[in-house]
Amino acid sequence: MEGNNNKYSILGKRMPRVDAPLKVQGQAKYAADYEMAGMLWGKIKRAPYAHARIKSIDTSRAETLPGVKGVIVGKDFGDFKWGWQGNTRDETPLAVDKVRYMHEGVAAVAAIDKDIAEEACDLIEVEYEELPAVFDPFEAMKEGAPLVHEERKNNILVEYHWDFGNVEKAFDESYLVREDTFCTPRMAKGYLEPPAALAWWEHDTLHYIGAKGSPYMIWRILGRAFNLPLSRVRVITPIIGCDFGGTKNDGHALDFATCLLAKKTGRPVKIVYSQWEELTTCLRRHGMWVNVKLGMSKDGYIKGMYTNVVADGGAYARMSVVTMYLCNGFSTVPYKIDNFKTDTYNVYTNNPMAAAMRGHGRYHTQYAMDGLIDMMAKELRIDPVEIRVKNSIPNPKPGETYYTANKVRVASCGVIECLEKSAELFEWDDYKKKEKIDGHVARGAGVSASAFLSGARLTGHNSCSATVRINEDGAVSVQTGATDVGMGSDTAMCMIAAEVLGLEMKDMEIKRVDTAYSYPDPGSYGSRVTIYAGEATMRAAEEAKQQILEAAAKEMGVLADELDIKDRKVILKSDESRFLPWLQAVRLACYVGVGNVIVGKGVSRRGVTPAKDAFQKGIGDTGTNYGIAAQINEVEVDLETGVVKCLEHSSMADDCGFPLNPTIVETQCIGGSYHQAISAGLYEEFVMEEGNTLNPNFVDYKRPRVYEAPFPKFHHAITQDPFGPYGVKECSEATTCTGAGAVVNAIYDATGVMIKNIPATPEKVWRALKDKKAQESR
Amino acid sequence: MNSELKDLKFKVNGKDVELKVKPKMLLIDVLRDELKLTGTRQSCEVSACGACTVNIDGKAARACSILAIQLNGHEVVTIEGVAEGNKLHPIQDAMVKHGAIECGWCTSGMVMSARALLFENPKAGREDIKRALQGNLCADSGYVKYVEAIEMAAEEMRSDK
Repeated sequence: MEGNNNKYSILGKRMPRVDAPLKVQGQAKYAADYEMAGMLWGKIKRAPYAHARIKSIDTSRAETLPGVKGVIVGKDFGDFKWGWQGNTRDETPLAVDKVRYMHEGVAAVAAIDKDIAEEACDLIEVEYEELPAVFDPFEAMKEGAPLVHEERKNNILVEYHWDFGNVEKAFDESYLVREDTFCTPRMAKGYLEPPAALAWWEHDTLHYIGAKGSPYMIWRILGRAFNLPLSRVRVITPIIGCDFGGTKNDGHALDFATCLLAKKTGRPVKIVYSQWEELTTCLRRHGMWVNVKLGMSKDGYIKGMYTNVVADGGAYARMSVVTMYLCNGFSTVPYKIDNFKTDTYNVYTNNPMAAAMRGHGRYHTQYAMDGLIDMMAKELRIDPVEIRVKNSIPNPKPGETYYTANKVRVASCGVIECLEKSAELFEWDDYKKKEKIDGHVARGAGVSASAFLSGARLTGHNSCSATVRINEDGAVSVQTGATDVGMGSDTAMCMIAAEVLGLEMKDMEIKRVDTAYSYPDPGSYGSRVTIYAGEATMRAAEEAKQQILEAAAKEMGVLADELDIKDRKVILKSDESRFLPWLQAVRLACYVGVGNVIVGKGVSRRGVTPAKDAFQKGIGDTGTNYGIAAQINEVEVDLETGVVKCLEHSSMADDCGFPLNPTIVETQCIGGSYHQAISAGLYEEFVMEEGNTLNPNFVDYKRPRVYEAPFPKFHHAITQDPFGPYGVKECSEATTCTGAGAVVNAIYDATGVMIKNIPATPEKVWRALKDKKAQESR
Repeated sequence: MNSELKDLKFKVNGKDVELKVKPKMLLIDVLRDELKLTGTRQSCEVSACGACTVNIDGKAARACSILAIQLNGHEVVTIEGVAEGNKLHPIQDAMVKHGAIECGWCTSGMVMSARALLFENPKAGREDIKRALQGNLCADSGYVKYVEAIEMAAEEMRSDK
């Protein structure tokens, strides 16, 4: 793709990231790195119960501790409640009447140093009445179970019941029908930067610097919390150490507490969460129980699918309404499934709350499908790659569109190319012929392919805006409301502006989002940034370019549309020997008459309006298009200890339409697969006991490390989706859906044991191997 | 609580530093809060993630798990002391060019672990690099391009000599 097929001078090239030089020298400033004169340190007082009524809070001893400047409790926020949507506003910044999960915040203090703040928290006396609690979503749905929110009957937050085609008939007509339940773990988001916030009030305006991937969410929420016009809420975004959805998307106790403590004390207040606070109280990936039933013909074609999904949403709603849509909303891509039915439930419990995470929703159902497909393929004696290729939706021809049973629009689908290239790079056919067992070590390989929604279009304001300002010295300032949390969108936006303007990357500069100066944008979630901010940036750069061309046209005595910009020159298209150097053209444009400011503004206009009730009924699209990926992994299983090791030998192929920067796409896809998917398959899980997280640190909570990292051979499948700017679609959420299935199927290939409750820890694998042996000897 | 201040004299990024610290202060607190060297990241607090890795007398160490006063007479290099002025160290240069860095949070620690490794063993190969980085967690890169960048830097540093 870096050869003749690329018509661009910047896009599609392996440009170094614009933020990398700062990051590699430790100069990038994250939220915790900011401090101000007179700044106080805040700390949250947390509850020792998972479900308890707050009878009284006495802050008097804390308030008199020398060095303490302010103490707040939940009711100081008045009757303010917030939530992801208007109808899910079930949360207060600090608990008021009762706490619903272990270590929920009940009060907060600001003091002159961290030690005093912590000591003051210990001096706050809270009287609780412990309430019966519920931790298992199946128990929570039963009649008579303790209610987490009194108004929510059976603790059900949301349920969807969708039915497309005729699933019962499809199962009747199938040669083989199988059904099984697969469970996914409650899991950390996995970012290493703990949430941090610094707030102060200046000129009657609330100022806030915090690690937020969607700064305009907290902007609106803070405006409502403090009853301020949005013009008096200023959210400034620092560099962010990853997000992946959740706490760094919208808000948590620290965000509100810093603002109110700053108001109360008249001084800047900073709170940095400890990793313990992050891992016990912040948003986590849902644990889910996915029952999946598939019917297949004798030659392995999927005739119908039924899924029943139950998710532990934890104590508050957050984004779970969306999560449950995403579990099944497009599970009819990338395989052709004409008959599909699902029943989906999200249930409140007294566990810490769950929310969006990379591969949102779909990763759970994809893992379950992958496991069952391989078990059925084995019964039917069909190769796992072959059965997937057979069922794949072929890439629609240009101008043609495929619609799934639930009216999901697929205009590009590189799944067959992704599967075939992955198999080729892995040398799948040769591998299959090799001996698998060497002493007590068994080797095996597994495959998965998936799709993920890009350009997620939720309700409310969804477009993105950008400005491209050309300064009088020729330097270009790019600004969007989108927030780079590490995925490389700032680089992508600079590349797009440079491409349109015919300039080089060194001419581009992009600043972090500041709600006082940049434009509202929903933020970084749902693989939407490149789609929407990319289009807005392209339009803004085109508008700025036009202003330069018009100034140059006057000077050159030609029409603006006879001109273009190439290699930092404004050229006459018909005779490139006639040109104005970039700087001269810029000066003409800026200094003409009494002077001009060259600013282009762009607003994204693409993206679908979601079909009516798409979320409720599962019909139609809620985004722009679908990224596709496939991967193959090899594992080694120690048959004596159950230890599974992921090997370097692996392959991956991604169809993101057109990779604007292949290096960034590769790092994203490989990282998403390893850190948020293979990790779920093999390592990560919160161990819970009565709402208590037993392993809230990175010693006891296992994260994927370098020595077991796969080093996949990588292929870019280029499908040029007609609905994305420059043909782009999402990258890396699809690979976050394929990672768990690939490694679990590899264990199945190696041992014949299917792990149906990931992660496949040594103990689970060892027990499964033992059970298998016992069954075989019967 | 014994809050009597103690003298600390050590070298940080080539400069002599003298200050008074509480005995309970960790190296990371002195670097970040006192010396304002915020490139060293505070993350897991239990020596498990490597984001706070610095070099002490040339060896990789976790600043979250060592008391500042233990550094008396020693030499500490942080991420801010790796480049020579505007010239990036070959490890840094390779990480930028090879596209290893995403959110950047683990990057300081990755550079410091790799720097200590290549000091000790300029011939380090892939397995040595993996061993040196085993205490450095990353959350988004998949490690592949970090390892490859350090391989490239090692090769360049060898050919420079």
